[in-house]
Amino acid sequence: MAVYSNEPILDMFVFETSQLIEQLEQIIISSDKSACYDREAINEIFRIMHTIKGSSAMMNFDNISKLTHTVEDLFNYLRNEKPFSMDCSKLSDIVLESVDFMKAEMQKIENGNIPDRDSSLLTDKITRFLEDLKLEYNSAAAMRDTESMDQEAEICGINSTGGNSPFPGRAFKAVIRFTEGCEMESVRAYALIHRLKDVAVEISHIPERLADNDKGDAAIRSDGFKVWFKTDLSYEELHDYLSKTIFLSDMELMECSDNKDAVYTAAGPEGLNTVNENRAASSHNNIISVNIVKLDKLMDLVGELVISEAMVTQNPDLAGMPLSNFKKAARQHRKIINELQDIAMSIRMVPLSSTFQRLNRIVRDMSKKLNKDVELKIIGEETEVDKNIIEHISDPLMHLIRNSIDHGIESADDRMAKGKPESGTVILEAKNAGGDVLITVSDDGAGLDKDKILDKARRNGLINRPESELLDKDIYSCVFLPGFSTKDEATEFSGRGVGMDVVMKNICVVGGDVSIDSMPGQGTAITMKIPLTLAIMDGMTIRVGKAKFTIPITSIRESFKAKQNDLIKDPDNNEMIMIRGECYPILRLHEMYRVKTDITDIPDGITVMVESDGKAFCIFADELIGQQQVVVKALPEYIKKMKKVKGVEGCTLLGDGSISLILDVAGFQN
Amino acid sequence: MADVFEDNVELEEDTQKGRYLTFLIGKETYGIEIRFVTEIIGIQAITEIPELPEYIKGIINLRGKIIPVMDIRLRFKKEPREYNDRTCVIVVDISDVSIGLIVDSVAEVLAISDEDVVEPPQMNKGFNNRYIKNIGKAGNDVKLLLDCEKLLTEDELTSLGEAM
Repeated sequence: MAVYSNEPILDMFVFETSQLIEQLEQIIISSDKSACYDREAINEIFRIMHTIKGSSAMMNFDNISKLTHTVEDLFNYLRNEKPFSMDCSKLSDIVLESVDFMKAEMQKIENGNIPDRDSSLLTDKITRFLEDLKLEYNSAAAMRDTESMDQEAEICGINSTGGNSPFPGRAFKAVIRFTEGCEMESVRAYALIHRLKDVAVEISHIPERLADNDKGDAAIRSDGFKVWFKTDLSYEELHDYLSKTIFLSDMELMECSDNKDAVYTAAGPEGLNTVNENRAASSHNNIISVNIVKLDKLMDLVGELVISEAMVTQNPDLAGMPLSNFKKAARQHRKIINELQDIAMSIRMVPLSSTFQRLNRIVRDMSKKLNKDVELKIIGEETEVDKNIIEHISDPLMHLIRNSIDHGIESADDRMAKGKPESGTVILEAKNAGGDVLITVSDDGAGLDKDKILDKARRNGLINRPESELLDKDIYSCVFLPGFSTKDEATEFSGRGVGMDVVMKNICVVGGDVSIDSMPGQGTAITMKIPLTLAIMDGMTIRVGKAKFTIPITSIRESFKAKQNDLIKDPDNNEMIMIRGECYPILRLHEMYRVKTDITDIPDGITVMVESDGKAFCIFADELIGQQQVVVKALPEYIKKMKKVKGVEGCTLLGDGSISLILDVAGFQN
Repeated sequence: MADVFEDNVELEEDTQKGRYLTFLIGKETYGIEIRFVTEIIGIQAITEIPELPEYIKGIINLRGKIIPVMDIRLRFKKEPREYNDRTCVIVVDISDVSIGLIVDSVAEVLAISDEDVVEPPQMNKGFNNRYIKNIGKAGNDVKLLLDCEKLLTEDELTSLGEAM
């Protein structure tokens, strides 16, 4: 099998197909929830399958195209035979299985491998399902279906507006032939029709079923591809437009005198399909996908712009000049730049909905396998977070949901016995809280078993404090430790003690925090606090000598000028300060980082009290420069490789173009 | 199409082959292969980073990109010297690591053909030529051609020095 080495096309294919698969999954899940597939869902699934089939055939991925072809057949049948009762959940199972197959294959393609898994098992299964359906619901209907396929070679067209369109365009007929041996004529014809939709309406064509690859290919090869349509373009424009078709060898274009004659009418299911396609296309136009590297570049450039603006407006050459007009213009300039900066930041923000929706699938699968009736409630899915962060929270969410269903929700009998509703509820909620987003996963299950956790922790030697001092929260947070599980046996879904550890690690990576709360018999709630974005932080910039440092605002308690008589020195020369009856150690930045400065007396400079993990201490610096939002940048790789500098977690560019080091308060404590 | 692309790459490599950017440290002229060089900028405000070896002067802001700068003088264990308006930072890109090299001054771009490039003399231990890959001859002058990869790798001598 020849795989295209043409990278951009492959990328495009992978991207588009993955999106379609995701969309497909959502439709299936929502249809499954609402008990059955409605007409729109069936049409939509058919359309998606059709698109994937076309593009995967184009890319020579035979197994995918075969599979999608079979699913397409199935849905074609459903679509034509329309509503009758059937085993919806079995249908969902089958389609989801196909979705999984395609997902696995897409993964292979993304990793540069050839998708080679045999899809015949699955296609057989689907075909059998289709056969069963046909048998079950009277053979006459099935006959009609197969016959209609043959008849479709006859002229039949699409008239979406019923022939009396207000569109003032002229009607054309075009006969198009493709270069001999270019293969997949019908797919190319389909692409052409797609292109035509931009400029023309009321398109109809022969052969009518481009989906039916082999027949279509042969027909186009022998008779050419005939298209009727109406457009506003002139003959010349149209000729130019169509000439751009790839592999075009010959084209006849003529204007039809009578519109009515040219456009054949037939209100069939295919016609509806086209209308749907048009509508879908227009709603998709509002969103474009952009390479994330370009966005990063944009962010960098906007940052540069801010700096260069400061360099121009605060240029020393301007000193002493009458500048009132200049100042006015500069103010306007700055306003626009600020707006630009906000927009550039917001581009990276993505709503959580797709991440949340994906979890529906897990809930469905698990509740089936474990025989528990569980409902997932999603609140606040429109909350937006940075793209980078989304990538880090989808895994933790999956683990939390699994835990809730597997450990939390009791079996239906138990629930009845406890007087709870038979079906369990898992609530997934996201909300904004200042600079953070809170995502809570809560269930109405059994809650955590405090004694069992304590027992397990004791046996594993995890408790290093007197047990009487332990708060409920401390005990519950044991479950975040790696390898900790109260289940004696690992199941398919959980029990190995990895899940919660993954949650903790992933959330820590993005600078977030996880907390857990539980009521025995009432349920458990796990809250993840994650920053809105990795890239921006509120910081207080301080100066020591010539060097500047930025402390995250979140870790600052207060800053003040210390008084001489509050200062204490112990025999080891450790300095401390007494504030409101409590003693805090003082850390002199200039000593720690060997920065030259004139201000060494603590009352002359500024003292900033910082806190991390509940422990507080004071940082001594020359002066405060001010609070501002900063863009966090990593230190260059080379320096990170050379040494881990204690207490420095990154750097940032200040308004004047100088660099300030961002201090990591937690890093000072060890 | 792929062929055309390859040709282009070859062509580009050809124009860079055998060309060296030469710069001065004290009296010696050093050369660095031009393919490593991204740009040359004047000396600018350097932000010091604590706890690093002396020859890493800190980081600079290169149009929004933050790159480390290394003082070649100190790297070669020569006496430090005040920076002046002749001092330059050569920004190089060595195996995807961008770094600025601070040099006394930049001289010129020079073509040295392969036959004029010789191995450095292999002398007894007293001769320290860890960073010198080759020696190039241009007219009567001798240019010391740097081994860029070695500049970046931490060597046993400096780590020893730090340990003490």
